[in-house]
Amino acid sequence: MSIQHHPDDELLVSYASGELPEAWSVLVATHTALCTDCRGKVRAAEAVGGALVSDAAPVEMDAGAFEATMARVAAQPDEPAVTPVTTVGVAKPVLPQPLRDYAGGDLNSLKWRRLGHGAYHVPLVTGRGAPTARLIRIPAGRPVPEHGHNGLELTMVLQGSFVDGGTRFGAGDVEIADSDLEHQPMAEPGQDCICLAVTDAPLRFRGAFARMVQPFIGI
Amino acid sequence: MISTLAIPRVSVTPARRDSSRAGRPYHRKRLEVLQNEEPSSQNDKQPDWSAVLCAVAEQDRAAFSALFAHFAPRVKSYMLRLGSDNTHAEELAQEALATVWRKADRYDPSRAAASTWIFTIARNLRIDAFRRRNHPELDPNDPALVPDQPVSADTVVEQKQDAVRIREALAELPEEQREVLKLSFFDDQTHTEISETLGIPLGTVKSRIRLGFGRIRTTLEDEE
Ligand SMILES: [Zn+2]
Repeated sequence: MSIQHHPDDELLVSYASGELPEAWSVLVATHTALCTDCRGKVRAAEAVGGALVSDAAPVEMDAGAFEATMARVAAQPDEPAVTPVTTVGVAKPVLPQPLRDYAGGDLNSLKWRRLGHGAYHVPLVTGRGAPTARLIRIPAGRPVPEHGHNGLELTMVLQGSFVDGGTRFGAGDVEIADSDLEHQPMAEPGQDCICLAVTDAPLRFRGAFARMVQPFIGI
Repeated sequence: MISTLAIPRVSVTPARRDSSRAGRPYHRKRLEVLQNEEPSSQNDKQPDWSAVLCAVAEQDRAAFSALFAHFAPRVKSYMLRLGSDNTHAEELAQEALATVWRKADRYDPSRAAASTWIFTIARNLRIDAFRRRNHPELDPNDPALVPDQPVSADTVVEQKQDAVRIREALAELPEEQREVLKLSFFDDQTHTEISETLGIPLGTVKSRIRLGFGRIRTTLEDEE
């Protein structure tokens, strides 16, 4: 797999610092499961966090803090042992972690909801309020209903591929679309295209049908 | 102040050689690296916290005491922020160090410096405490994960050297770039909040973060 389109550095640094909202973080984490380059960048950014903690002005702990901490250790349940996963003879999941946890399973166990024009989606639960994350399934060779954004949209391909504005996005690639972009991604023929899409504002669908159903399907 | 003499010795306690726990191949590698290593001027200043953390993984209480004395007051400093009083910061720092003790056997010195690993534990606790949400992360045991490059014996040393270089690179950054990185990591401000705090456009915040982070990464790549 050759990933061509990555989240930008600013997004990776936000993720590492912990201030990136959960929905965006799911996408970044899922991308780093597939992209060793961005995984390395996140580690470098976390090392910046480590350096900042090392250089922080120490604030004295309370008297007896060490004993209190050991008492906390005793009070906490034991960590479950890390069991090595047997991969021999087991089909490799299409969705990497942490996405399977958020989606409620791998592709074959998802409850797809109709989105119109043959497209389906699965909303993901990622805390309260915007932004929102969802899996979207576009039939092979078909367009995503035409839409614009009030804010930022990130789309990561998990299976199949799509073409948008002449650029191809394959498995692992991330498309970054801002509010100026009026775009119409088109799934390539051969295989349904499954993407993780995160937006920080509701999508504005253009087609008459989409406009009609939008208030009811809550997208 | 911690004695810098006592701590490196911790890293070669016989207890660690007895380790036969599965799934921890890096710790044994770590020992060989340590024994062949020439002490550098950098190691004279700071104890080898990776080695100390590996000793903590072997339930070495003295090692943990040294690690606690150094990191707990710094983690408390990290936890002390708007909306967090001394009591809360103290609790979170204790909780973070308790987690360090419990999860130390998952620490992989070939992947991160000790300070980096402790930062990620403190960060996740803080997100949970202040935002009541999770920090989604990849699962290193996931069969769908694209694996890392194989680890070489040098990687552990590289991680430690990187930690030193990153601190140096941070110190050499232009103040405006260091400031936005610090606000992002330490004050948990979103980039929009940083732009309000500093009274500069959001685009400027983003470009300073990109430039500062880019410079730090260049430092790491140049010296490899
Ligand atoms: Zn990437």
